[in-house]
Amino acid sequence: MTNPTPAPIPPSTPDTTADATADATATRTTAISIRNLKKSFGSNEVLKDISLEVATGEVVCVIGPSGSGKSTLLRCVNLLEEPTSGQVFVGADEMTDPDVDLDGVRRRIGMVFQSFNLFPHLTVLENLTVAQTKVLKRSRAQAREVARHNLERVGMAHKEDAYPAQLSGGQQQRVAIARSLSMDPELMLFDEPTSALDPELVGEVLAVMKSLAAEGMTMMIVTHEMAFAREVAHRVVFMDDGYVVEAGTAADVIGNPQEARTRSFLHRVLNPMVIDASEITDEGVADLV
Amino acid sequence: MTTQTVDRPRTGLSRRQRARLGRGVQYAIGIAVVVLLAVKIDWATFSAAFLRSDILARMMPRVITVGLVNTLIYTALAFVFGLTFGLLLAMMKLSSIGPYRWFATAYIEFFRGVPALVVLFMVAYGIPNAFPGFSFPGGTYGMVMVGLGVTASAYMAETIRAGIQAVPKGQVEAARTLGMSHSRTMATIILPQAFRIIIPPLTNEIILLVKDSSLVYVVGVTADQYELTKFSQDFLNRTVNPTPLIVGACCYLAITLPLSMLVRQLERRYAKAR
Ligand SMILES: Nc1ncnc2c1ncn2[C@@H]1O[C@H](COP(=O)(O)OP(=O)(O)OP(=O)(O)O)[C@@H](O)[C@H]1O
Ligand SMILES: [Mg+2]
Repeated sequence: MTNPTPAPIPPSTPDTTADATADATATRTTAISIRNLKKSFGSNEVLKDISLEVATGEVVCVIGPSGSGKSTLLRCVNLLEEPTSGQVFVGADEMTDPDVDLDGVRRRIGMVFQSFNLFPHLTVLENLTVAQTKVLKRSRAQAREVARHNLERVGMAHKEDAYPAQLSGGQQQRVAIARSLSMDPELMLFDEPTSALDPELVGEVLAVMKSLAAEGMTMMIVTHEMAFAREVAHRVVFMDDGYVVEAGTAADVIGNPQEARTRSFLHRVLNPMVIDASEITDEGVADLV
Repeated sequence: MTTQTVDRPRTGLSRRQRARLGRGVQYAIGIAVVVLLAVKIDWATFSAAFLRSDILARMMPRVITVGLVNTLIYTALAFVFGLTFGLLLAMMKLSSIGPYRWFATAYIEFFRGVPALVVLFMVAYGIPNAFPGFSFPGGTYGMVMVGLGVTASAYMAETIRAGIQAVPKGQVEAARTLGMSHSRTMATIILPQAFRIIIPPLTNEIILLVKDSSLVYVVGVTADQYELTKFSQDFLNRTVNPTPLIVGACCYLAITLPLSMLVRQLERRYAKAR
């Protein structure tokens, strides 16, 4: 963990993993249940009737073009954005119920942001202990112990006295993950956790996330890292224009997409150099069918 | 690129050398002016009028034990009131509840617009008249705390609000995601960062308060409650010599200069944790 480099991505094996996942999710409990979710910003409808379930222990990757509503969907799960209509359940709690103990449920949901959002005025260790002591009412000693354990997990134990500004982007993101883990979350949300990183720092963060997946953490991950999604995701959800266009195993959605919009998106993401300048319109790149 | 290579042989100086030469000329002019003034000034006459040591001796030690101390007390009281109430107003102004916002806006606009002297006067005489039988706890000191603090809080509210808004939105989201309540997030995550951001403008406001404390005479104070300006003026009237004003001014600097240095120290300490 101290020297995390991503293992070479093995070719996916569709038939075996697909069946195994289907079996597993059938018997598991539901971690997140999104029902007929709609979200508008003013007159701009960003999410248009989304229904989605994430089973306990499942890793779901959400992919899709910029502006398709991926972040908004993720932020509706822990109610950083208030849905316009529809329901969101986390475990047995309905987040969209006006009487829900929002702070109480939120502490069970870890969230990792594209821009890390570490607290710059606190040291790494304090970043990990502050919510433990103030929210979970753990003792200082206990909070530190938990914090150190989680810093160890992400390979950042040697930096506990540093301030966030003294760390690289990859290090900051690993600390942010450790901060979420210190609350012992039931599930974790990741919003493009590697998009703000220099390419050579992406691997160390993905390696940490991969190890979390291996430990059985329930994760909902918005990402552009297709190789990562292929290897780690039990299920991939492709979103476009506020809809879930296609969902299924990574091998199906990424390896054998059924929808034209999915194919077009993947074509652009996987071969960024193939796009010709003449294809670029005001709307972005014209769909290739 | 080409113009530079053409330029350089003509003047024989690089850009840096030219800048250094320019600065040298400025220094020389500055020194010449100071020397000229120093030579031209009739020091004997000047000090006989403005720097009389006998008057200074008569002002001691009360200019320190009364004037300076009271200035510090009035400033500190007004600052504490202004900061506390300013914080409250800033929260109200950022609140999602309309009436809170409206009250804060009205308060801030009103008390920033009305001269501090008038506010102080109204607090000192208006409130006891409006509420017969009411007297400020702490007497004159309590009255000054409110009288100067009300104006200070209007300015500080705007400063604090700007500081809070300068903290990136992601900080609130990260804290709320960890299960912190709104007030907990404010207290442990947002305000500590906001205060680091507003240390420079807040210092400015303290320094203005130090000087605003010279208005305290309008509430009617006893000799033991004189602050620096009133104390110096009193001496000025008795000695008919401006030396007390110079002494008073030096005392003000003795307050504001260390304050500025303290702030620079704080800023340096916090630079790492931003
Ligand atoms: N707070 C907001 N107020 C108004 N509009 C918003 C807000 N947040 C998002 N939007 C709009 O919602 C749409 C979807 O945004 P969202 O951030 O969910 O997309 P995304 O799929 O995450 O894109 P990206 O890959 O660029 O992060 C965009 O058109 C965006 O402009
Ligand atoms: Mg996004």
